[in-house]
Amino acid sequence: MATAVQTVERENYLNANYGIKSWLLTTDHKRIAMLYLISITAMFWIGGFFAMMIRLELLTPAGDLVSSDTYNKLFTMHGIVMVFFFLIPSVPAVLGNFLIPLMVGAKDLAFPRVNLLSWYLYMAGGITALTAMVTGGVDTGWTFYTPFSTTYSNTHVIGAAVGIFIAGFSSILTGLNFIITIHRMRAPGMTWRRLPLFCWSNYAAALIMVLGTPVIAITLLLVAFERAFHIGVFNPQLGGDPLLFQHLFWFYSHPAVYIMILPGMGVISEIVTCFSRKRVFGYEFVALASIAIAVLGFLVWAHHMFVAGISVYAALVFSLLSYLVAIPSAVKVFNWTATMYKGSIRYNTPMLYAFGFIGLFTVGGLTGVFLASLGIDVHVTDTYFVVAHFHYVMVGGMVMAYMAGLHFWWPKMTGRMYPEGWAKLSALLVFVGFNTTFFPQFILGYMGSPRRYHAYPPEFQVLNVLSTAGSSILAVGYVLPMIYFLWSLRYGEPAPPNPWNAVGLEWMTSSPPPTHNFDETPVVTWEAYDYENQPQEEVTIGH
Amino acid sequence: MWKNFPLFPERASAWAWQVDGLYFLLVAVSAFFTLLIFALIFFFAVKYRRSVHPHAVQIEGSLPLELTWTLIPLGISMVFFAWGSLIYFQQARPPKDAMEVYAVAKQWMWKFEYEGGQRDINELHLPVGRDVKMIMSSQDVIHSFYVPAFRIKADVLPGRFTTTWFRPTKTGTYHLFCAEYCGTEHSGMIGQVIVMEPAAYQAWMSGGSSTGTLASNGQQLFQQLGCSTCHRFDTQGRGPNLAGVFGKPVMLDDGRTVVADENYLRESILNPGAKVVSGFKPIMPTFQGQVSEENLMALVAYVKSLAQPQGKGTDGNEAAAPGASNTQ
Repeated sequence: MATAVQTVERENYLNANYGIKSWLLTTDHKRIAMLYLISITAMFWIGGFFAMMIRLELLTPAGDLVSSDTYNKLFTMHGIVMVFFFLIPSVPAVLGNFLIPLMVGAKDLAFPRVNLLSWYLYMAGGITALTAMVTGGVDTGWTFYTPFSTTYSNTHVIGAAVGIFIAGFSSILTGLNFIITIHRMRAPGMTWRRLPLFCWSNYAAALIMVLGTPVIAITLLLVAFERAFHIGVFNPQLGGDPLLFQHLFWFYSHPAVYIMILPGMGVISEIVTCFSRKRVFGYEFVALASIAIAVLGFLVWAHHMFVAGISVYAALVFSLLSYLVAIPSAVKVFNWTATMYKGSIRYNTPMLYAFGFIGLFTVGGLTGVFLASLGIDVHVTDTYFVVAHFHYVMVGGMVMAYMAGLHFWWPKMTGRMYPEGWAKLSALLVFVGFNTTFFPQFILGYMGSPRRYHAYPPEFQVLNVLSTAGSSILAVGYVLPMIYFLWSLRYGEPAPPNPWNAVGLEWMTSSPPPTHNFDETPVVTWEAYDYENQPQEEVTIGH
Repeated sequence: MWKNFPLFPERASAWAWQVDGLYFLLVAVSAFFTLLIFALIFFFAVKYRRSVHPHAVQIEGSLPLELTWTLIPLGISMVFFAWGSLIYFQQARPPKDAMEVYAVAKQWMWKFEYEGGQRDINELHLPVGRDVKMIMSSQDVIHSFYVPAFRIKADVLPGRFTTTWFRPTKTGTYHLFCAEYCGTEHSGMIGQVIVMEPAAYQAWMSGGSSTGTLASNGQQLFQQLGCSTCHRFDTQGRGPNLAGVFGKPVMLDDGRTVVADENYLRESILNPGAKVVSGFKPIMPTFQGQVSEENLMALVAYVKSLAQPQGKGTDGNEAAAPGASNTQ
């Protein structure tokens, strides 16, 4: 542990400056990542609180814990907070911000001040949306369907819409920063074919952020305008078209699903290779699958509208394209699995979360194929089947990947190891709790239980009780890491520069890295995931 | 045990087996791939764990394997695509002789009106074995007509008609849900679909009080609102003669052709300037705000009845003849 002591003494981005001002005015991508980490964690607990209230209400068929209006606000605010203020920024804004410059061998992102501005925009948007929630709430669902949102809702729709509008700019700026950094700031020798897959997948997500976010921004602005000034865009009584809203909304919000999942896929590629000690199977295919998902993801939006009254032929085209977008995701799953073949596998916490990701994402992806199928979608859309499906992708996939990445890079970010035993327990609890919560919802959905119901027929109670029981296990699984991560900041074992003996430039600098990342600009002469030439050290940390 | 813990809703329409059949197969294929992935991960994780397999064998990848796991899922998914689309296509094409039920959705109730003029609230009575076409619109926000036992769902929109159809195959009482979130009492916007033997259905229908058929109510409105002064049943009217128009292509003054379906009739009443029939002037005033959803449906039902001469009054030059022909 002699090296570890030396590491902690060394100047790094955390001890380079002190004081609140040094954090709020920082342009260091690593500090901005930490600001994001704190803010999105707060958002996660707020959104999680709403979720627990929803699950408690659904313990009994009657709507008895909260009123209908309160229930409607709870699921709306759960959706808005989790989608726009947790999932979309999670991996890109925390891990992407921290790691992309390190992984490409740069000192910072291309535009450090823009990066700080993007955090402030996120905070401004978040505070605006939260203010709308605290002062009365929103009850439109996170989907803001018109004309309910523009004419009939009596809640703070404009406040929430403006909050999301502002936060959208944060997303655009982060995407822009990633694209330009990856294009222009790679270290000598870091060719596109040597780029870590985490950078590829964040690059693909950044393309969607830049191209898609303006559409949701303008759409929500139109909702606010129609609501405030009765301009007829969406309400047929004013000469508008309610389906226009759904087209515009899903034109962003479906690709947004890929903003959420693609960076998570990048995390899994890094972890599966590291803990299998192998080059990723089919590097080009995994990298190009990210781009294929980003491109095809823009062409499937109307699969949310198969029963909304669109033309049969439009439905046919969107169904076909929805099947096609599932293929690159399947390719990734097969490649991750094949990467483990003849590997040398270690079961550290990040790898356990990655196992969980691959399994749950497979279920989430395959149930997406059910929804792409027109005949089945008619029956299960707007039921708990859809709720289960997107939670398998978003929570079972994305949040698992986020937790995997947080554990994997925690030593790099903080210079401390987390306690491995507790972390493994949390991974297990999350997996069990998640499945108990959401698997029953597939059955509920096929049984015909509609989503967003405050009260439900009594025959659906057994499955709902199971789901609520699972959610309490899931909650414990999320509280544990919160505690031991905080604990590790003070009491965790000091982390060596490369605790996992991984390849990748981020592991070639100290933990935590110095403000300028690298003492000398690295020169890359090896291929990505070059585990063959990485000396196989004895395991010093963990089990 | 499975009696108390069902995995499927009842199958009470001709769609149910079709949808469930596709669902069974998808579940089987998905279960196969999920178990395959789980099994491979478990097997590799145990077999190649570091303690017994300390040195990884580096493998670059394999083009044949990549093609295999691209093309096989692609092929399988095309089968599901075709099957799912086939069901959807059938659902979009109601048979010509289906009985029609009009539905008006509003926050937070369902109002149904049958061809005979009977009305129902939150209950839909249907005869078993008959094809039923629903013609629906909303008075306020978007709702969705969902009967799980029929495996059918269709959004109900303000400002237009949407349709769906099904054939109940089993008598009984089934859930009717609103499936599109519509505000405070969304979860209270539920009802029952009661499928009856034809004889019981007839008895129920004649038991209810009605003030004439839907079409004859529409005919009265047609007179009251003054439609009949311009839409005469000869060639002298200032508006087109509406006899036999429904379901036929109509030439517009800008050269386009549209089919005169329910939505075209609706638009022509509420926004007459949008699609003016060739040879006529855009002189008709809008009836937006003057006709309720129910009255709109009655007017549409009346105009539709004009398209079914049914033997008598085939020359159609007398205004009174067509409305009385609706006896279905």
